[in-house]
Amino acid sequence: MDPGVIKSYLPLYRDALLLTLRIGWQGVLLAFIIGFLCVTAIRFKVPVVRVIVKGYIELFRNTPLLVQLFFLYFALPKIGIRLSPEFCGSLGLGLLGGAYMAETFRSGLDNIPVIQQESAESLGMNRLQAFRYVILPQAVASSVPGFLANTIFLLKETSVFSTISLMDLMFTAKDLIGMYAKTIECLTLLVVFYLIMLLPVSILGSFVERRLRHAEYGD
Amino acid sequence: MQNMGIDVLFKGRNFLRLLGGLWVAVRISLISVAISIVLGILMGMLMTLKNRPVQILCRIYLEIVRIMPQMVLLFIVYFGTTRVFGWNLSAEYAAIIVFSFWGTAEMGDLVRGSLISIPKIQYESARALGMKEGTLFRHVILPQTVRRLIPLSINLITRMIKTTSLVMMIGMVEVLKVAQQIIEANRKSSPNAAFGVFFVVFLLYFLICWPVSRAAVYLEKRWAE
Repeated sequence: MDPGVIKSYLPLYRDALLLTLRIGWQGVLLAFIIGFLCVTAIRFKVPVVRVIVKGYIELFRNTPLLVQLFFLYFALPKIGIRLSPEFCGSLGLGLLGGAYMAETFRSGLDNIPVIQQESAESLGMNRLQAFRYVILPQAVASSVPGFLANTIFLLKETSVFSTISLMDLMFTAKDLIGMYAKTIECLTLLVVFYLIMLLPVSILGSFVERRLRHAEYGD
Repeated sequence: MQNMGIDVLFKGRNFLRLLGGLWVAVRISLISVAISIVLGILMGMLMTLKNRPVQILCRIYLEIVRIMPQMVLLFIVYFGTTRVFGWNLSAEYAAIIVFSFWGTAEMGDLVRGSLISIPKIQYESARALGMKEGTLFRHVILPQTVRRLIPLSINLITRMIKTTSLVMMIGMVEVLKVAQQIIEANRKSSPNAAFGVFFVVFLLYFLICWPVSRAAVYLEKRWAE
């Protein structure tokens, strides 16, 4: 292990981390939006859209991100849709994550007892009001651990971005190993930088989970 | 069909080669799942022990697997350990080591979860009926644990198959690599091959993982108490 080498690599890894984070958070945000829209379509039984949404969820939950990215980045240009690597990354992550978020959110909604809906309606709320003020807050609260787990999963999945020539952490490590063969230094930095990125989310996840358990069962 | 590039797949043995690539992915995941199930059950039992150091060690192991991307683990095993220890490791062995390492942690957590989810009253009732510890475990605890476990471990198989697509990055020739080779080889004759071939790869993965995950959902619903 050579401290000089590590010091000279640090800026490269920092840039890579920033790139990964930028694409990562865009992807996660997109995933939330897509997931929420999908669940709304299923919940309110919007004709046709509902079937498409279900197909989309199954399709993206059952294929690897790597294949999805290859399709977005290498296949779509052949039919005239050209996307920048960065946009492909966010879009791919968003589409993959949307399917996962939708599933998590849906099971959160399904776990709410029917009586909640019935009580809200008997108080004179219409379906939209019941959803907005009674069902949604409870469903979101109980899905939060799942959302955070999905976020960690998505941030981990960013490691395949190097295949569509994005200079993320993986790309930097592989590139530097290829050029200077300082394998140990490169891999150590790789691990450290992934920890910097993922440890806070993981800690937040277990904190929130504990809080929610208190909320459910009391202290 | 011509300009979409699907025709490339029907030239020569291209489609068979693609399926062969897919088999590499499936083979690695099946071997890793088999190893993970055996080791995972052991680990799950270890985790239910009331032994502080064992619990802390298992916890650390779980967190490592949960936080590090599988790709990083692959790099560490394939490039890192070979460098440090100077041994020769084929990409396939590296992949199996990494996926088993990952699967054992996941499986161990699932086994622990299903073991502690069995209500205490089940143990007490069985003992009240005069069962010995062995009989109790064999006829009361095991069937219930397995029922909870099977759907979850089937899910693990699909996740493994999906993750094996990463082995391309350490130089294994699996379905995506074969797809790239086919596209490269036919660059002149059908420039649009990328669309058709990657579309087919997309579908192939879906056709393998979807039935498996449906089976998991079906079993989960059927065995739900």
